[in-house]
Amino acid sequence: MKHMKREHLITAAVLLALLVGAFVLDATLPSYHIAIKVVKKACVYSLVAVSMNLLNGFTGLFSLGQAGFMLLGAYSYAVLCIPVAKRAGVYQYFDGGIVQFSLPEIFSGILGDTVGGVVGMLCALLIGGLIAALCAYLIGLPVLRLKSDYLAIATLGFAEILRAFFQWNALGPLTNGSNLLKNYPDLGGAAAYVILVGIFIAIILLLVNSTYGRAFMAIRDDEVAAEAMGVNLAHHKRLAFIISSFFAGVGGGMLAMYMGTVQALSFKSAMTYEILLIVVMGGIGSITGSVLTSFLYIASLEWLLRGLDSGTFLGISSPIFKNGFRMAIVSVIIMIVVLFFRKGIMGDRELPDLFKPRRKAAKKGGDAQ
Amino acid sequence: MQGLLPYLINGVSVGGQYALIAIGYTLVYGILRLINFAHGDVFMVAGLIMVYSSATMPMYLSIPLVLILTVVLGFTIERAAYKPLRTAPRMSLMISAIGVSYLIQNLAFYFTGGLPQPVTNPIPWISENVTVFGESTKRVTLVTPILTALLVVALVYFINHTKIGMGMRAVSKDFETAQLMGIKINSVISMTFVVGSFLAAVGAMLYFTNYPSVAITSGGMPGLKAFVAAVFGGIGSIPGAVVGAFLIGISEELIKGLGYSTFSDAFTFALLIVVLCVRPTGLFGEKVTDKV
Amino acid sequence: MKKLFALVLALAMTLALVACGGSSSGSSGNSSESSSAAAGGTVKIGVFEPQTGDNGAGGKQEILGMQYANFVQPTVEIGGQTYNVQLEIVDNRTTAENGPSAAAELMNRGVSVVLGSYGSGVSMAGGAVFAEAGVPAIGVTCTNPQVTSDCDVYYRICFLDPFQGTVLANYAYNTLGVTNAYTLAMLGSDYDQGLVHYFTEAFQALGGTVTNEDFPEGSANFVSYINNAKAAGAGVIFAPVSTNYAQLIIEAASAQGFEGALLGSDTWDNNMVVESAQGKNVVVDITTFYQEGGNAAFDEGIKAWINSNADAKTNNGGNDMISAVTAMGYDAYFVALEALKAAGSTEPAAVLKALPGVSYEGVSGLIEFDEIGDAKRDAAYIKAANTETGEWDFVTIQGVN
Repeated sequence: MKHMKREHLITAAVLLALLVGAFVLDATLPSYHIAIKVVKKACVYSLVAVSMNLLNGFTGLFSLGQAGFMLLGAYSYAVLCIPVAKRAGVYQYFDGGIVQFSLPEIFSGILGDTVGGVVGMLCALLIGGLIAALCAYLIGLPVLRLKSDYLAIATLGFAEILRAFFQWNALGPLTNGSNLLKNYPDLGGAAAYVILVGIFIAIILLLVNSTYGRAFMAIRDDEVAAEAMGVNLAHHKRLAFIISSFFAGVGGGMLAMYMGTVQALSFKSAMTYEILLIVVMGGIGSITGSVLTSFLYIASLEWLLRGLDSGTFLGISSPIFKNGFRMAIVSVIIMIVVLFFRKGIMGDRELPDLFKPRRKAAKKGGDAQ
Repeated sequence: MQGLLPYLINGVSVGGQYALIAIGYTLVYGILRLINFAHGDVFMVAGLIMVYSSATMPMYLSIPLVLILTVVLGFTIERAAYKPLRTAPRMSLMISAIGVSYLIQNLAFYFTGGLPQPVTNPIPWISENVTVFGESTKRVTLVTPILTALLVVALVYFINHTKIGMGMRAVSKDFETAQLMGIKINSVISMTFVVGSFLAAVGAMLYFTNYPSVAITSGGMPGLKAFVAAVFGGIGSIPGAVVGAFLIGISEELIKGLGYSTFSDAFTFALLIVVLCVRPTGLFGEKVTDKV
Repeated sequence: MKKLFALVLALAMTLALVACGGSSSGSSGNSSESSSAAAGGTVKIGVFEPQTGDNGAGGKQEILGMQYANFVQPTVEIGGQTYNVQLEIVDNRTTAENGPSAAAELMNRGVSVVLGSYGSGVSMAGGAVFAEAGVPAIGVTCTNPQVTSDCDVYYRICFLDPFQGTVLANYAYNTLGVTNAYTLAMLGSDYDQGLVHYFTEAFQALGGTVTNEDFPEGSANFVSYINNAKAAGAGVIFAPVSTNYAQLIIEAASAQGFEGALLGSDTWDNNMVVESAQGKNVVVDITTFYQEGGNAAFDEGIKAWINSNADAKTNNGGNDMISAVTAMGYDAYFVALEALKAAGSTEPAAVLKALPGVSYEGVSGLIEFDEIGDAKRDAAYIKAANTETGEWDFVTIQGVN
C-alpha cells in the first residue's frame, strides 16, 4: 500500500465515488427511473465492450461474433432462472418447456431466499458464460486460422447461424422458439450492476496485465515476431477468443436481466456493430475508454438526446428534430471519430494515466494526437 | 417438393441479383483488400432513390437518375471514408466501412421515417406477369440473369481491354509496384467504386421491381449473401463471384423448397465458414502468400 | 496496480450483500413521485408506441387515433376540476430491447396512465416497468394473452390471439370451405408464431390439415414459399406478418398465380397492404377490430382532421383511409379518460383501481374488462381487399362459433 502512486489513489477514489453514486441513485430514485435504467444498461454494455476490446483491441483478432455469444449467455440465464411456477405461462406453446428447475429457487432452498437467490442468479450468469466459452472453443477450432477480415465475416456468420437455431421451433421446448422468455428475476438496482460489472472488468484488467495479456499484445503488434519470441500463436489466440466470449456470454446474461425479456431477434449483427463502434470511439486498447464511451453512448441515446427525436432539444424546437435524428447525429459523430480521431477518446490510456503528474500526461496526450 | 422448375427459375433470378452486388464486393476487395460493408447499403439507397424518383418523374429520366446518383454516392463514400485511411491499418478501414454502413442506415431511417417505402411505380414491362412452361412469374425474373450475363461480359471486356481496366488489374496484383509504375492509384480505386455502385444500382432496380418495398435494412441480407457469394467464388475474381452468386441463389431456393426455410439464411453462412476453412481461396481465387 | 484492484475487489465483495438488501428496499419505492404531474391542471397520458421498426407504420396510425381523440376532447373533468390532457409520446422502436428504457422515459415524464403498444412483445417488456411503477397501462392492439395475464397493471381493449386465430380458422374452414391451409410466419416474431399456433390448433380441430413454414427476418423473396403452398395443395395461406411482409407476400402470390385466398390478421389492416393488392389477381381476407363506416360521425371527423393536417396524412400512408388500429387508439384514449374520471384523481394508483370498472361504448364496440384485464369481445370484423378500388370491403362479423 505504501508504494501506491498518487494516480492510483485518485483512481481508487474515482471508482469508489462511482460506486457510492450508484448507491445514492438506488436509495433516492424509484427503481424504474430512467437514470437507473441507463446505469444498468451502460454497465452491461461496458462489460461487453471491454470483452470485445480484449479480443479486437488487445489481441488484434477482428471478431464480429459478439451478439451470438451474448445470445447464448442471455438464453442460458433466462432458461435457468425462470421460476418453475411461471414456466407453464412462458412456454405457453410448448407445454411448459423441458427445463423444470430454476437455479435461484434451488439455491434459495439451501441458502435462504436472499443469498440463495443471488447465488443462483450468479451461477446462471457464469453457466451462460461457460456455454459461450465452450461454443467459442468449438467455433474457434476452424475459424481462428483465418486472417483478419475473413475471421470477421466467419464469426458474423456464426452468430447469424446461432440465431436461426434459437428461433427454430423444434428447439422450442428449450428456447421457446421465437417467443419471449420472461418472468426471471433481476439482480437488483444500479449498485448491484456496478459491483458485478466492476468485478468482471477487474478480472479482465488483471488478465491484460499478466503474461497472457502481454502475449496477446505481442500477437496484435506483430504475429510473426511474437511467434519468433516463443508465443504460441494458436494457443493464445484461442485463449483470448474463449475468454472474450465468456465475458460476452456473461454480459448477454446481464443484458437479459436488464431487459426483463429475451428474444433471439434482439441479437442481430447490428448489436455487434454498435458495440464495435463503442470500442472504437473509446479507443482500441483502452478499457477505460470502452467503459466511458458505453456510459456516454447509452446515456445519450436512451435519455439525454431523446429530445432530438421528439421535437424539442435544449429548449429549441425545430421540425428537423423528428424520429431518427438522434441516431443520425450519433452516427455522424462516430464517423468523425473514426476518420479524424482514430485513437478515440482515450487512445490506449487507462484511468490512472489521466491522473499522472502533468508533465507526463501532456506527453501522453501529445502522442494520442 | 414437386415441380423443381419454379424453384430453379426463382433461384436463377435471385442469383442474378446477388451477382450484381457481389461484383462490387469482389472488385473492391481485389484492390483495397477491404470488405466494403457499406456496399449493401448503397444498394438500398439505390432502391430508395428509385422509389422517390419514379414517383415524381417519367421512367426515361428516373432510371438514369438512379444510376448517376448511386455512382456519385459510391464515389463519395470512397473519397470521404476510405481515402483518408489509405495508410492506416486494414482494421481501421473495415471499421470505417462499418461506420459508413451505420451512418447510411441511420440517415435513410431519418429520411424515410423508419418505414418501408413501397415501390408504387415499378418499371413497366419487366414487372408484368408472364407464364413460363406453365408456371406464372414476373418478367423481371427472366430478364435478371440475362442482363447480368451481358453486364458481366461487358465488364470483363472493360477490365481486359481498356487502359483503366489494366490499371485495376495491376493495382490488385501489387499496390506499391503499380504506384511506382505511374498508375494513378486514386483514380483507379475511384473507378472501382464507380463500377461497383453502377452494378449495384442496376441490381437494385431489378431487385425492387421483384420485391417492391424498400426498407432501410433491405440492403443488409442481400449484401451479406452477395459477399458470401464473392468469397465462395474466390474473392477478387469476377467469374467466381458470378458463379458463386448463382450457386447460392439456387441452393437457397431449393432449401426453401425442401421445407427447411428456417435455415435458408443460416445455410449461406454455414457454407461460408466451410469454404473459408476448407478452401479459403474459393472456387476461382488465386493463392495469396503472406509477405513478412 | 494489482494491489489497487485487489482493494477494489475486496471492497466490492463486502458491499455485494448490502447491495442486494439495498436494492430490494429501493424497488419497493414510492409511486407517488410520478403522480405530482397533475399540478397546473394538466394530466399526462403516456403513449407507448412504435414509430419506427417493423411495426412503425401501424404504431403511427394508432397514435393518430389518440391524437385525434385528444383534438376532439382535449380536457377531462377529474374530481370537479377541469384538466388539460397532454399526450406524452415515446417511440419504443418495435423491439423488446428498447421497451424498458422507453417505458422508463414515460414514467420519468410523470404520466397517469399509459396507452399502447401496437405489438405484444414490446408491451410485455414495458409492462415490467409499468408494474414496478404501479402505473396502469391500456393495451390497444397487443393480442398476446401473456400481456395481461402476467402483468397486474396491464389492461387491453382488443381481442386476443386465441380468439383471432380461431375466428380465422373457422372462417377458412366453414365459410371458404377450405380443408388444407398453409401458414407463413416470421422467424423470431412472437406475434406471428402465436397466431399461427392458435390458427393451426383450431383448424386441425375442425378436421383440416395445416403446413407450417417460417421465413427469416429480412426476407424479400416469397416466391418459393408461395410455390410451397401450391405444392402442398393449400386453399389458403395464413400469414399474420407485419405490414411490410404482407405487401411482399401479396406481390409474390400474384406473380406466382396463387389461386386460393390470403388470410391476414389485424396487422394487415393497413392502407399500404390494400393498395399493394390493387390491380392484382389475389384474394385477401383479414380480421380486424373496426370497419370503416362503422361509425359515420367518427369517420367523417377523423377524415377531415387527417386531411387538414399534412403530418397526420403522411403518417397515415398518404390518404384518409381509416385503419382499425386508428379507431382502437381513439377508443383507448376515451377509456383512459373514463378511468381518470372514475378515479377522481390523477394518481396512477387511483386510476389503476378505477380501470377495471370502466364501461365505455367506443366506435369499435362496447369495452369492458374481465378479471384478467382483457376486453370482453366476442366478434371480429372480416374485411376483404377490393382489388379494383384498392379499398377494404366489409364481409361479415365472425364469432368463434
